[in-house]
Amino acid sequence: MNTPRELKYAKTHEWVKEEDGLYVIGITDYAQDALGSLVFVNLPELDDEFEAGDAFCDVESVKAVSDVMTPITGRVVEVNEALLDAPELLNEDPYGAWIAKFEGEIEEDLLDAEEYEEFCENEAE
Amino acid sequence: MATYLSLSEEDRRRMLDTIGIASERDLYRDVPEDLYLNEAPNLPSGKSEMEVLKQMKGFAAKNRVFSTVLRGAGAYRHYIPQIVSEVIGKETFLTAYTPYQAEISQGILQSIFEYQTMICELTGMTVANASVYDGATAAAEAAAMCRDRKRSKVLVSELAHPDVLAVMKTYAWAAGCELVLVPAKDGKTDAEALKELVDEKTAGVLVQQPNFYGMIEDAEVLGEIAHEAGAKYIMSVNPIAAAVLKTPADCGADIVVGEGQPLGMPLSWGGPYLGFMATGKDLMRKLPGRIVGETVDSEGRRAFVLTLQAREQHIKREKAGSNICSNEALCAMAAAVYCAAMGPQGIQNAANSSAAKAHYLAEKLEEIGYKKAYTGEFFHEFVTEAPKGAKAALEALKKADILGGLALDENHILWCATEMVSKEELDGAVAVLKEV
Amino acid sequence: MELIFEKSRPGRSHAYLPACDVPAYPFAKEVLREEAPGLPEVSENDVARHYSALERRAFGVNNGFYPLGSCTMKYNPKVNEVTAALEGFTDVHPLQDPETVPGSLEVLNLTKQYLCEITGMEGMTLQPAAGAHGELTGMMLIKRYHELRGEGDKRVKVIVPDSSHGTNPATGTMNGLQVVSIPSTADGCVDLDALRAAVGEDTAGLMLTNPNTLGIFDKNITEITKIIHEAGGLCYYDGANLNAVMGVVRPGDMGFDCIHLNLHKTFSTPHGGGGPGAGAVGCKAFLANYLPVDGSSAICEIPAESIGKVRSFQGNFLVVVRALTYLLSLGKEGVPASAKTAVLNANYLKALLADTYEMANPGLCMHEFVMTMEKEHKECGVSALDIAKGLLDEGMHAPTIYFPLIVHEALMAEPTETESPETIEAAAEIFKKVYHAAIEDPEAAHHWPAKAAISRPDEVLAARKPKLRWAKEEA
Repeated sequence: MNTPRELKYAKTHEWVKEEDGLYVIGITDYAQDALGSLVFVNLPELDDEFEAGDAFCDVESVKAVSDVMTPITGRVVEVNEALLDAPELLNEDPYGAWIAKFEGEIEEDLLDAEEYEEFCENEAE
Repeated sequence: MATYLSLSEEDRRRMLDTIGIASERDLYRDVPEDLYLNEAPNLPSGKSEMEVLKQMKGFAAKNRVFSTVLRGAGAYRHYIPQIVSEVIGKETFLTAYTPYQAEISQGILQSIFEYQTMICELTGMTVANASVYDGATAAAEAAAMCRDRKRSKVLVSELAHPDVLAVMKTYAWAAGCELVLVPAKDGKTDAEALKELVDEKTAGVLVQQPNFYGMIEDAEVLGEIAHEAGAKYIMSVNPIAAAVLKTPADCGADIVVGEGQPLGMPLSWGGPYLGFMATGKDLMRKLPGRIVGETVDSEGRRAFVLTLQAREQHIKREKAGSNICSNEALCAMAAAVYCAAMGPQGIQNAANSSAAKAHYLAEKLEEIGYKKAYTGEFFHEFVTEAPKGAKAALEALKKADILGGLALDENHILWCATEMVSKEELDGAVAVLKEV
Repeated sequence: MELIFEKSRPGRSHAYLPACDVPAYPFAKEVLREEAPGLPEVSENDVARHYSALERRAFGVNNGFYPLGSCTMKYNPKVNEVTAALEGFTDVHPLQDPETVPGSLEVLNLTKQYLCEITGMEGMTLQPAAGAHGELTGMMLIKRYHELRGEGDKRVKVIVPDSSHGTNPATGTMNGLQVVSIPSTADGCVDLDALRAAVGEDTAGLMLTNPNTLGIFDKNITEITKIIHEAGGLCYYDGANLNAVMGVVRPGDMGFDCIHLNLHKTFSTPHGGGGPGAGAVGCKAFLANYLPVDGSSAICEIPAESIGKVRSFQGNFLVVVRALTYLLSLGKEGVPASAKTAVLNANYLKALLADTYEMANPGLCMHEFVMTMEKEHKECGVSALDIAKGLLDEGMHAPTIYFPLIVHEALMAEPTETESPETIEAAAEIFKKVYHAAIEDPEAAHHWPAKAAISRPDEVLAARKPKLRWAKEEA
């Protein structure tokens, strides 16, 4: 399992990166592996507002739909439209294929890479 | 008694032994004693096939089958090639379930894929589903497709079929959403009134083409009004008329629905019928019901599967846009066989012939004082006044074995003609009315 | 296999219609389409051969054992098809005056009367076109009830066990209700404590299948309906599994206020590859005024109390004709005999398989039972899907898989009453053979089926790059 050190992680299996004052969000390698081949990403709309812990997007595999939660209380300022035509990017490059960029307040109790890895190990058992 | 069971008493005994219980009552050991019925239900005793057939034939014989039908109003008696009933009567098609196991269900999946393509061709749209229950529920589902967090109101022309209006109203009430009727003017949807009614809360606008009075709507104009307000445009169309009229896609429709009965289904006192639904790529994932897609198998051969299933209730549960799971697959197959047998020319002939006969009838009726209620283009239905009253006119026709048009009120009748009615029959009907 | 469109040749056709005997009507060009629809241009022989080839690539109840759990794939009697094809039923316009259709009205009324008797209900509509449509209608009755008592805004929650069919929660949402999912006990029954904790002044009602989706009759059923009623809610019975209990125990006696029935499951009307079905809805007398009316809105008024119409005209009438034909054949003796035999057959198959497959619930079942491949899947990778595909190669249909959701790697089998003991014994042997073959060579099992028209299809490709219609350009 790939867990880049520089990112923050939510227990609901999203990663967050701070970039130019914005928060970039995607799903983790562990999440994409558990979900299997993804076939569609239902992106939020620009300017949609969410509270930390809300589902802001859902991703579909052939036989399941899963919510993706935001660890940010704030507003969507950019979405990765490339995912509309190529949802497989989430499987192939989970840390490159970001889903949306937010502006707002980040949740405080996010995990670092080490803590997240430990969390996943426990969850697998 | 014909029960279709094939177990002897000895079989039952042997099976109970294997299971390890003493009696059939033990099978129901979880059913509390006070709920278990010790007596048979209050039904007549079971009958032999010969008796049942005789009884059912007796019911059928009590119904009046008219030799000439001049009534449409949402259900149309067109000619159905004999091959249609032959194909849909094939045992395997009849007795199969929804094609969950794709490997042994390619025949059904492919037939649906072909049907979807035909609906796309008739409507000009790019995506169609495997069908829903009927035209009215298709309209209600289309309204639900348009709604989102910001827009929940749906406007519908009051000249859609009364049952379409009624079903849309029921569904909207259940979902807690607003449904507003757009008034009519001179037998068509009032474009000015529509302009007044659309607003930033309007999710969709539904217009029927041809409308309930048979009139051809200015569908493009109405669509533009919907789009200017940011609403989706839904057209409910007659599929036979769609074979010759400007396509809904060319009229700007975002969603097209309709009653598929005219495509090879008998009148059958109202059903089974067929609701068809088509849309574009944008709304594809909001389309309810089954959708069949083409893919390949592990050896690269063409294969068909139920796809985009993440939209559906068995996956999304309470988040699904619709609870539908059954479609009307066998009716969709009837429509596909009808379209394949008739071909583009055949369906256009049926459409043009129906329109020609309706216009001939309108002209002949006008000559005996049955004035058309509205001016403007109509397809194969039209409204006239009934100078001696609708009831007297329809009674006289009934005596002549003709099912006349539908009485809209005491003095107006909605007429319909299809290719099934000959010139001689039309002249005959007019002659009867002349004597009223 | 070739599509019918690929067999098309310009100008090929067959004459079904005579030349038009009145002058053609010249429509204004603006109202006409530019091109004819791109439908196939084929001979009748092409059509006939095409569909015969498609038929060979499909599988129905007539082709072999079809133990598809929760779907009740019983034999579809031939006489039902004959009665449904009688001209007196098929060639009648839905808007004919009632006095010209006494036979159809009698069919409707008798069917309603018999179904009320079997279910313990007092009102019935045959308008809904499918089971899910019936659910929607049934829950609308409950919504209407609360609304007319002035509690519509307050009673906004519907309780649904997590073992339920997906249509139940989806139906709740379509009715504007919030769905409260409650956990089930291990045997799929209602957890009474969870239920007591979930009910309150906001409870609109409960949706329940009994026997449940694990094939177990919930013995606490009267207590369950009592808890809901005491909270002021109503109880809705999902009749998907009525085949286990028709004529043996009535939902009305269990305390349910309204129900739906699947005429295409319990009452032997054919499934047609996914429809048409019919979803009769019954209710107790106090809800009867809210039922949809039979006639069309084009010719009759909808009473103010009614929920309105849920489908045009009278619903799927010819399906009702088939169901009545079946009810008349079975009669009062055949209805309970069919249910009891369905349960006997299920238990017999279960007993024969119990030493090979792990059962989600040991012991007796109703008309269906659930097996689980969870252990095998963990140990050697053999899944419920692999078993299902292996069964296809042996000339039978697979059970329902991956349902109910509360059992991992589920295989749900429902043999129905119309199978002989020999068929069930042969099926049990096939189930065992496939199981052992899969465990011996899991890799091979992942590639089953080998003998079907196609091997496993690429469902990921189908969903990622949807190709939902044929197009000329690509040919």
